[in-house]
Amino acid sequence: MSTEQVIQLEKVNKWYDDFHVLKDIDLVVEKGQKIVICGPSGSGKSTMIRCINRLEAHQNGTIIVHGTELTNDLKNIDIIRKNVGMVFQQFNLFPHLSVLDNISLAPIWVKKMPKKEAEEVAMAYLEKVKIPEQAQKFPGQLSGGQQQRVAIARSLAMNPDIMLFDEPTSALDPEMIKEVLDVMIQLAEEGMTMLVVTHEMGFAKTVADQMIFMDEGRIVEQARPEDFFNNPKSDRTKLFLSQILNH
Amino acid sequence: MTSLGIQNIPRNKYYNWIIKNLFSSWTNSLITIVALIFLYEIGSFFLNWAIFSADFRVNFKGEAIVDRTYCSKNIMPGEYGACWAIIYARWNQFMYGLYPIEEAWRVNFVYALLPLAIIGILFDKIPFRKYFIYFTFIFPFIAYFMLYGGPGLSVVGTNKWGGLLVTLFLGVTGIGLAFPLSIILALGRRSKMPIIKSLCVVFIEFIRGVPLITLLFTANVMLPLFLPDGVNPDNLLRALVAVTLFQSAYMAEAIRGGLQAIPKGQIEAAQSLGLNYWQTTRKIILPQALKIAIPPIVNTCIGLFKDTSLVLIIGLFDLLGIGRAALADMTWTKLYYEVYVFISLVFFLFCFGMSRYSLYLEKKLKTDNS
Repeated sequence: MSTEQVIQLEKVNKWYDDFHVLKDIDLVVEKGQKIVICGPSGSGKSTMIRCINRLEAHQNGTIIVHGTELTNDLKNIDIIRKNVGMVFQQFNLFPHLSVLDNISLAPIWVKKMPKKEAEEVAMAYLEKVKIPEQAQKFPGQLSGGQQQRVAIARSLAMNPDIMLFDEPTSALDPEMIKEVLDVMIQLAEEGMTMLVVTHEMGFAKTVADQMIFMDEGRIVEQARPEDFFNNPKSDRTKLFLSQILNH
Repeated sequence: MTSLGIQNIPRNKYYNWIIKNLFSSWTNSLITIVALIFLYEIGSFFLNWAIFSADFRVNFKGEAIVDRTYCSKNIMPGEYGACWAIIYARWNQFMYGLYPIEEAWRVNFVYALLPLAIIGILFDKIPFRKYFIYFTFIFPFIAYFMLYGGPGLSVVGTNKWGGLLVTLFLGVTGIGLAFPLSIILALGRRSKMPIIKSLCVVFIEFIRGVPLITLLFTANVMLPLFLPDGVNPDNLLRALVAVTLFQSAYMAEAIRGGLQAIPKGQIEAAQSLGLNYWQTTRKIILPQALKIAIPPIVNTCIGLFKDTSLVLIIGLFDLLGIGRAALADMTWTKLYYEVYVFISLVFFLFCFGMSRYSLYLEKKLKTDNS
């Protein structure tokens, strides 16, 4: 297994006004690693992964993605965003565009791909997420699970090497969670580097190389899943796991 | 033997609807009857006045009406209605102002092209739309050349323009120029750059804070002061500047409302895909924001179209100005109702058209992606 480091966070801090959301976050992600991040709401887990593609700016510390440091330099931000895909809790599909246009938009405008080629790419990814027949529909006509799969396809169409998932199944009805997780598991098996904020512990046990537990802006515990679930070190983790696994 | 129950079965859906909506209770029935009587009285009075007892080109004796004394209602007061001959007599002025009548074909030509110039913008499923859009961008130059003149055509100064020509010129050009300007203002107002933001805020709030008449006076009197010596834009152009600025401020606020309704997640999704600010704005934000903003935008357009009549205060003769000039003419004086009803009708047709278009668009955009 290669040990190329694709994401490095060092002493990252972030404040919303007076509120200290991220406290001295250190994190190294290697190529192909799947990291599942959990923790109570408000613990900073979403904020952390949103800092990695600069949807949020950190105030101090360094974030390096693929050797490019995230600063205010728009050029660096562009480079990083082209290599980092993101999937959101609320899907955030573009409601005014068809499914096909949702997916082919960024390849056409960002990668300057010819329209026809971009649409072929889009169709290929729709096949991959198993809904090619929905290509001409609009997002509002799809179920939540289908929308999230389109969102994954949209992100993949930019051919990123890192995928960030921000609670991808939290807004879904229970019967739709599996179809989205299946796509994510498939992606993991193909070797994608993934950072996933989720409370789907079954998924975590299946795919995660590393588990991260965050609380109050800190990484409280980072461990391999078997250690994390079987003998967590911190009491906070134990409490959290007992609540989440026994509900 | 027929039972009451069978008699009460509604005969058909119209009958059903009428019973349900107009005569469901005795108060409802009373209101319906009073309203019908009222409508009948008003409607029959108006139709009688405007059509059945009206003169068009000849009076009740069959004589051609050449001045107001020939109007039937002036010969037999109380017996006859409107005397539309004034509209016929002044038709050219209503349409072209003082535009030389032998050159009026140029205005007609532009009138005829105008629908072709806007059809491509209004409807997206027409054949050859691309070419219609090209034409939209060429049209202003054609219109300018045809209306003002130039090589091969005699020059007709804007002081000769009037009537519907001025109304449409100010309305269409004002709206057309204000639209891009208002988008820039609306985006600027939401900009994170403090200088751009405050410039836009100050501009919008200032323009919205003063009446259009003030702007028209200001443009008329003060615009030359800001321009270098020798540059002396004519009155119509000054009015156009005022109208455009006024409209852009209002439209900008309508668009800003639309921008605010776009969830933050849309921008984040676009950013995470690598789209830059302008791509995000053009492909993601504006299409959604403008759609939401259609009703208020059309509202401001309707408002502006009617407000163009205020230019008569700085000496321009739009439709209303021409109407008032016609009334000042001793030949036709005192035919107020005819002139104002006619002008109202013209304004109504345009504004009603805009309003229906807005409804059509809302409906279409809803079915497009619900």
